[in-house]
Amino acid sequence: MAIVTMREALNQAIREEMQRDDNVFLMGEEVAAYQGAYKVTKGLLEELGPKRVIDTPITELGFAGLGVGAAMAGLRPIVEFMTFNFSILATDQIINSAAKMLYMSGGQFNIPIVFRGPGGSAFQVSSQHSQALESWFAYFPGLKVVMPSTPADAKGLLKSSIRDNDPVIFIEQERMYGNKGEVSDDPEFTIPLGVADIKREGKDATIVARSLMVPVALKAAEALEKEGVSCEVIDPRTIRPLDIHTIVESVKKTNRVVIAEESHPFCGVAAEIASEIMERAFDYLDAPVKRVSGVDVPMPYAKNLEDAAIPKVEQIVAAVRQVAYIE
Amino acid sequence: MAANQSQARRLRTMAKSNQDVRKRAPESSRVGAEDTSATGVLDHDAAEEADPRLDPTQAVKAAQKRRFAELDRATLIDIYRQMLLVRRFEEKSAEAYSAGKIGGFCHLYIGQEAVAIGAISAIRKDDYVLTSYREHAHAIAKGISPQAVMAELYGKAGGCSHGKGGSMHMFDKEVNFLGGHGIVGGQIPLATGVAFATKYKETDQVTLCFFGEAAVNQGAFHESMNMAQLWKLPCVYICENNQYGMGTSLERAMSLQDISQKACAYEIASEFVDGMDVLAVREATLRAVERARKNYLPTLLEVRTYRFMGHSMSDPGNYRTRAEIERHQERDPLKLFSASLKEEGIISEAEMKKIDDEVRAKVEEAVRFAEGSPLPEPEELFTNVYADPIPENE
Amino acid sequence: MATQVIMPKLSPTMEEGQLSRWLKKEGDKVSMGEPLAEIDTDKATMEMQALGNGVLRKIFIQEGESAPLGQLIAIIGEPDEDISSITSQAPAATPAKAETPPAEKEETEEVKPATPAEADTPASGNGRQTPAPVAQAATGRLIVSPLAARMAAESGIDLRSVNGSGPGGRIIKRDVEGLISQQGSTAPGVATKQTHLRAVGSPAQKSAITAASAYHDEPASEMRRTIAKRLVTSLGPVPHFFLTTEIEMDRAAEMRSGINELDPELKISVNDIIIKVAAAALLQHRQVNASFQDKFVRYYEHADIGVAVAIEEGLVTPIIRAADQKSLSDIASEVRDLAGRARERKLRPEEYMGASFSISNLGMFGIDEFTAVINPPEGAILAIGAMSPKPVVRNNEVVVRQMMRVTMSCDHRVIDGATGARFLQTFKKILENPLFLIV
Repeated sequence: MAIVTMREALNQAIREEMQRDDNVFLMGEEVAAYQGAYKVTKGLLEELGPKRVIDTPITELGFAGLGVGAAMAGLRPIVEFMTFNFSILATDQIINSAAKMLYMSGGQFNIPIVFRGPGGSAFQVSSQHSQALESWFAYFPGLKVVMPSTPADAKGLLKSSIRDNDPVIFIEQERMYGNKGEVSDDPEFTIPLGVADIKREGKDATIVARSLMVPVALKAAEALEKEGVSCEVIDPRTIRPLDIHTIVESVKKTNRVVIAEESHPFCGVAAEIASEIMERAFDYLDAPVKRVSGVDVPMPYAKNLEDAAIPKVEQIVAAVRQVAYIE
Repeated sequence: MAANQSQARRLRTMAKSNQDVRKRAPESSRVGAEDTSATGVLDHDAAEEADPRLDPTQAVKAAQKRRFAELDRATLIDIYRQMLLVRRFEEKSAEAYSAGKIGGFCHLYIGQEAVAIGAISAIRKDDYVLTSYREHAHAIAKGISPQAVMAELYGKAGGCSHGKGGSMHMFDKEVNFLGGHGIVGGQIPLATGVAFATKYKETDQVTLCFFGEAAVNQGAFHESMNMAQLWKLPCVYICENNQYGMGTSLERAMSLQDISQKACAYEIASEFVDGMDVLAVREATLRAVERARKNYLPTLLEVRTYRFMGHSMSDPGNYRTRAEIERHQERDPLKLFSASLKEEGIISEAEMKKIDDEVRAKVEEAVRFAEGSPLPEPEELFTNVYADPIPENE
Repeated sequence: MATQVIMPKLSPTMEEGQLSRWLKKEGDKVSMGEPLAEIDTDKATMEMQALGNGVLRKIFIQEGESAPLGQLIAIIGEPDEDISSITSQAPAATPAKAETPPAEKEETEEVKPATPAEADTPASGNGRQTPAPVAQAATGRLIVSPLAARMAAESGIDLRSVNGSGPGGRIIKRDVEGLISQQGSTAPGVATKQTHLRAVGSPAQKSAITAASAYHDEPASEMRRTIAKRLVTSLGPVPHFFLTTEIEMDRAAEMRSGINELDPELKISVNDIIIKVAAAALLQHRQVNASFQDKFVRYYEHADIGVAVAIEEGLVTPIIRAADQKSLSDIASEVRDLAGRARERKLRPEEYMGASFSISNLGMFGIDEFTAVINPPEGAILAIGAMSPKPVVRNNEVVVRQMMRVTMSCDHRVIDGATGARFLQTFKKILENPLFLIV
């Protein structure tokens, strides 16, 4: 165990898995010589060589498709998007090829590939570079979508994603790369996909949060504890497949739920979770499910406007108070 | 390396010299010129002004006959049999589609047989093929049985994709046929990736990637060309230029219509090939395959062909005239090749009849198999979504 | 000049009225002070008088429909007067509820949903200011969280009697929990009523019962609540009425001496027998084993009988819990123990609070007959007079029998005359023939 940043934890995961399996290779913009736009891939070129750590041209559709083709022929690519905003260019290959290949080939061609990179808001990078796209990818059967919130989760889940035999969309949060936490150095340390983590136990209300919103939700829970409201914070970690069971069990216990996300609310992951809760735990709800989402506008540049667009501790606290009927 | 570059340059020069003949201002639509046009927009007659690079039928036959010397009889007969099989298979598919046995889209290959058969006859069994949605011929040529292809068209469990892919998504891992792909140009980056993998694994396998000329306008084509040459990937890109992207002629869709010239931008070796001459396609492919196998180098082949049927079975065909189709049918690749074979005495009339009977029987057998094959089990709806499914914890 | 007829305020608490019957129809001549319609309020059916002269030109709400106070319900005017400017302002009436025709009120009161009569104000846009029950009434339906609905269903709580404390009057978990804890159930949320009952009824625990009886609540019907309010205002907080009967006690006395001969240690008193008999009768007349709880009536599963014990400072009523389940000897020893400790003022609160019925015996003071005051919220108390030999006619012969007069005071909010009388009939029958206790 060592205290490392999420950036380092991801780096460890890639390094360990590439050392473990020669069929794993890494490609993306600036992953090699530049050492990674966000330094996640630092040192990998030197250690693993240019055959396996490959700088690509800025050609997202092309190298995403190339990765899928390589996976069809037996390799296990890790494709880095410098940010997930650029994955929009590659969605044809992710959705039409990676997500569907196994199915439309009648089970013959699975696609063991990881598309990873930072997603969500960063620091004043404006509309085109601040998008949380998990609901896009989670929409499609055939894809798995993972969003870690701690260095340990980042490492354990990325290792599982690389070992997984299906296409995995692994969305890191740019603002969280420097977050520190204890991380196992056991090369066999993995965290299974599809298993939610209870980040904090509580009994009065459940806060479901992912990625950037997990530390925010935990701070909200701390504030609420002082008021005598005990919050359970659940991080699904994998958006698809979603561990709805853990969420529903928590809701059955607390009877109230707030879902926090930095993404837009409309057709979002929180909307899906809310719907699942309604279908599975309707008779346990003491209040309507409450969402706290990013503001439904493109991300502005100005600092004050950007701040206002991303959910804060106070909003989660207010939402919990609302579902718990606290004046 | 130097040799490769000079070769590319030479090919580029050749393409350039051809450029002047392509300089013809696109004609505006000939409204009312043909009473067969329902839309009022009629594309330029693709054969009105014959491409000088395309030999007249007599010249094609002469060239084929010269090549006979380098090929054994069995190979020639096999190529002929394959072309005929694909022709008969597609005719049967049209029949089955009309009878409602085949659903969805059904893109027929009639007229283009020389491309798939000629090219795939040039590769090894362990080489890879990826193609577009007009793929029945490629699937059969690569070694999927006509039964499995027909059953797939029928949406039956015995289909090569177990009824889950259909006309556009044939797959067979056993014969390294990596699919028909339904998004125009979508298979080009995939094939590039397959070639990347074979190089990564240091095998000498080659990947053939087929696509129509309309795919050349997609970013996926250009991104792939760039990476393939940049990383020296053993992929042969075969553009089947049948001169229409669905109902839109090349002229109405592409600023520079000499597709082989597109390779210049990426310093990729390229060739223009007469796609009605099966042996010309085979030879050009052999050259490209050797380049790929020996030197991990990609090639772009522009293979000029023509489809005799509509884009799909639901194509009203109002963008071209009957006369245009008939002119192209004079250069029917099957007719040209069978004439050459007969005229050279390689196959007798009787043998030809026998082959035709065999082929018809094979197609009938494919239909019988498809008819008799069971529908996929209802639970197949939920299988193959994930290789590592995570059971839902209720 | 046309007269606008509005829904009048006919009671101090009325917020809306239901038009029970029009006494005039459109086109009828109407004069000032003439009865125009009958209006059902939360209290009563009242006549509404015309406040203008002319012809009843237009009726806006039909019989059975409701309208809030002040809403235009009709127009009186001259036959040829233009009333279009008034008609155009008339709002729509609240449609009638099919299940609440006035004539059937008595029979259907227990099953009908909250009626508009419960409303204090119509739901307004200002949810913050709106008291809890308002939203229910205004929409005519309960607003309840799914969890609260399930908890209530499992605990046998009728949500119509619950005040919602959530936004817009939504009934939420804490509201139902509050009621469940009032019920005395210790289990939270899904109060295990049945488990609790089983525990009470288990023979092994029979003589050790000290917990209060389980019960179920039924909503106080509109009628019940109206009667309650009306009687309260006329007779005081608890509207008493009294029923007296005379009981022949020979067999009971005989039984008592017989048992005591068998085992002098038992020291069974007549009063113990009366407690046992009252418990048995209460189980047969559960409407009497009940209490009025403002918005609902609580029916107890067991007879927790309070026994009035005079002490120096006054009076306490220790409780024999589930007397219906206990043997005479158990009751006797328990009464002795409780009375003893009552005089020493050593009773715990749970031993004297929360009876379902009480018995007060002043026979030892030679009192022939008296009326006792109900100990709220119990529904009734039985006053026992002295037992004395009296000449009575049996089989056309005058014979002497040990007679005892009992008077039951009933809370009219829960117990009606006939109900009380039937109970007393049963009580008398068993006490005169105590063998009924064992059949």
